[in-house]
Amino acid sequence: MSVIIILLIVSLLIAGGFLMGFLWSVKDGQFDDQKSPAHRILFDNELKINQSNIKNTK
Amino acid sequence: MSNSKAISTLCYHCGNEVNSNNISSGNKVFCCNGCKMVYEILQSKDLCNYYDMNQRPGVVQDKSKQSNKYSFLDNTEIQQKLIHFSNNENSQVTFYLPQIHCSSCLWLLENIHKVNEGIVSSRVNFTKKEVFIVFNHQQTTLRSVVESLDGIGYEPYLSLNEIGKKGGSKTDRTRWYKIGISGFCFANIMMMSLADYFVSENVIDYKIELFFKSISLLLSLPVLFYSATEFFTSAWYGLKNKYLNIDFPVAMALVITFLRSFYEIVNGAGNGYLDSMSGIVFFMLIGRWLQSRTYQTISFDRDYKSFFPIALNVIKEGVIIPTEISKVTANDVIQVYSNEIIPVDAILSKGYARIDYSFVSGESLPIQVEIGELIYAGGKQLDGLLELVVVKEVSQSYLTNLWNNPVFNKKQPLRHSAYDTIGKYFTYAVLAIGFIAGMYWLELGETKLMWNAITTVLIVACPCALLLSQNYTNGNILRIFGLNKFYLRSPEIIERLSQINHIVLDKTGTLTQTKGSNVKYLGKVIDQTTQSDIASLLKQSSHPASKLVSEFLNLHNVSDVNNFKETEGQGIEGWVNEKHIKIGSPVFIGGEYYQEKQGTKLIVSIDGNIIGEYIISNKYRFGVSRLIQSLKKKYTLSLISGDNDTELTHIQELLGKESDVFFNQSPQQKLDYVQELQSAHHLNVMMIGDGLNDSGALKQSDIGIAVADTGNNFTPSSDGVIDSSKLANLNTFIQFAIAGKKIILITFSISAIYNIIGLYFAVQGILSPVVAAILMPCSSITIIALTYGLTEWLSKYYHLEEITK
Repeated sequence: MSVIIILLIVSLLIAGGFLMGFLWSVKDGQFDDQKSPAHRILFDNELKINQSNIKNTK
Repeated sequence: MSNSKAISTLCYHCGNEVNSNNISSGNKVFCCNGCKMVYEILQSKDLCNYYDMNQRPGVVQDKSKQSNKYSFLDNTEIQQKLIHFSNNENSQVTFYLPQIHCSSCLWLLENIHKVNEGIVSSRVNFTKKEVFIVFNHQQTTLRSVVESLDGIGYEPYLSLNEIGKKGGSKTDRTRWYKIGISGFCFANIMMMSLADYFVSENVIDYKIELFFKSISLLLSLPVLFYSATEFFTSAWYGLKNKYLNIDFPVAMALVITFLRSFYEIVNGAGNGYLDSMSGIVFFMLIGRWLQSRTYQTISFDRDYKSFFPIALNVIKEGVIIPTEISKVTANDVIQVYSNEIIPVDAILSKGYARIDYSFVSGESLPIQVEIGELIYAGGKQLDGLLELVVVKEVSQSYLTNLWNNPVFNKKQPLRHSAYDTIGKYFTYAVLAIGFIAGMYWLELGETKLMWNAITTVLIVACPCALLLSQNYTNGNILRIFGLNKFYLRSPEIIERLSQINHIVLDKTGTLTQTKGSNVKYLGKVIDQTTQSDIASLLKQSSHPASKLVSEFLNLHNVSDVNNFKETEGQGIEGWVNEKHIKIGSPVFIGGEYYQEKQGTKLIVSIDGNIIGEYIISNKYRFGVSRLIQSLKKKYTLSLISGDNDTELTHIQELLGKESDVFFNQSPQQKLDYVQELQSAHHLNVMMIGDGLNDSGALKQSDIGIAVADTGNNFTPSSDGVIDSSKLANLNTFIQFAIAGKKIILITFSISAIYNIIGLYFAVQGILSPVVAAILMPCSSITIIALTYGLTEWLSKYYHLEEITK
């Protein structure tokens, strides 16, 4: 039966990992602006290429 | 691009109607040179994707641009206030761009490095309408970054108020943390408790059970001491003000649940109710979050400073020096460009001034100011460069004096919500039931059952259900209002909306459109040549009324005018094609064509015969008369305007004879009038206004609603902002808010059934954690489903749903 304790600890750790992930994403600002990423994803690759060009030329 | 016909009549850039076909580039037609310029910049930089993503995505650019408009950004002192980070290569700056409205904007602004090579990267925050720009300050300057933004049609909003708030506005993330943590703890405590629900006692190993319980207890700590803190602080704040708000019984129930569970677990008497406790905290926090998703882009707290520019061009010994506005002193000579707001009281010394005071005083027609005359702060110069001598500095001008009124410094009084009152009686009832049940068991000598009964009664009877239905309903109502472009400062306003009984309206900019007047001709039929003669004479005059009629006639071939004479404030006369034409007021002409007082009139006489008149009247917003008809049935109305009384008959007709109508009112008089209605007549007043001149009245009223034109975020301090296109729906919004109150009460009564079931077990002292753990989510889910369903149904009922996209 005591295997349950180990299982529980493992499950808690996994869930805790997800919680950390969530808190991290909040801290990172992913929840600050919920609108622009939805639009940004629809743009063609052109945008990214240009930005990397800029970085390269720098 | 499928509809070529639409393109030929609508501006390719902004979608406004094209009046003359002169402005075009390639096969694209534009409404104004500003729009064309933006298009040409984008075309030259290969950024025309902008127009492919959305049709006509631009914002109208109908203003002339000055080359040195942003020269003040070369001032290092001002630069330091705007730039929030800078190393030896790059600088970072955040601008607020109210024009951001679609994915094209986002795309263009994130590609702005194509327009200005010195920009390293840019990132848009759509929700806040902000753009974060990193630029290389060796290649470009702050001024040129702003000029590039302005050049493509996104003029950054730079103002006194925003300066000093470095790094843009910050979002509060604590609620996310709280929800995340309470959700995690709730789910895990639930998992630990699950075993207990299905297995009878003594089957589970003692060690395992102890482990389960201690983990649950451990997990409940962050819920109580972190996630739930806002309930405790709010309850404490209420107590300090000698007032029991709804958070008090909630906080009390949380504490008792925790203590009781702690006692049970430590003594091995049971499992406690930690799962229910953390669950309810989780649901309540989500409710609060829904309710508080207010509108980040809308500022409800603007004062006059937000409307004024940051800096002025001061001329000192022939040199133009950009100076921060607070440092401009009396007797300085300043330059003001067209479409700029004059932030100080000043005397005109050079230039041709046509000042639009509609925002500060409510006068609908622009005023012509002669050299040597005083211009009050807040007026907007319409076209041309002006030089002015400052009379009073910004903080002492006529306009800013209004903000010295105590109303602006008074703290908002603590308003008692009806739900708090219900919550209070609820608490009393619960305490009474708990006490009676306790006494009953004490009489029978069952001390253990007595404690069981008292504590569990307090646990199940927590008015969380009321709080939940209130939060979820208000949250959804705010969301529906937001979709319909009616933005409220906070959820409390919904409840206050249902209590108003008098509405005060402003005229200019609220009922009427800010731009444009109706010009109408009444009189004998006149042919093209006579019209052209009249237009020729009108062109000689710079009076605003002449300009309006001249624009209305829209004739370009001008004849010569001889012996032109302008009598100030009266009219004009002259000889055109051997005819003596006089145009002016009834007094000037000595008669009228049509004897009805309505609007501003220009009477035309040719060779001494009155042939007709041009009537200039305000353009009313769409649906205004429908709105007033519907409001009239339920509320008493009055209108208070800073404009002259030319529209009196029309307004009186619209509002009805019993309504008060006032004209030529100062901002202070507006404020006093609202105050008088409140104190002498005990009315709950809603004020609807738009300009700075309504600021005092908006603040004083129980609910101040500001009307904003689309894309214009510059509204005075208010409790709510309504888009002018939706003004006609205002009554529907109010009725929706009233219905919302009923929804809250209905869902609360339904969910109270769960409380009664819980109480049934609780008074007997046999409420087990299982029952509590079943009742709590059932009640919460019922509330969420009901409030959502009912508000959605209501929005369909009021036809508010189709505007979702």
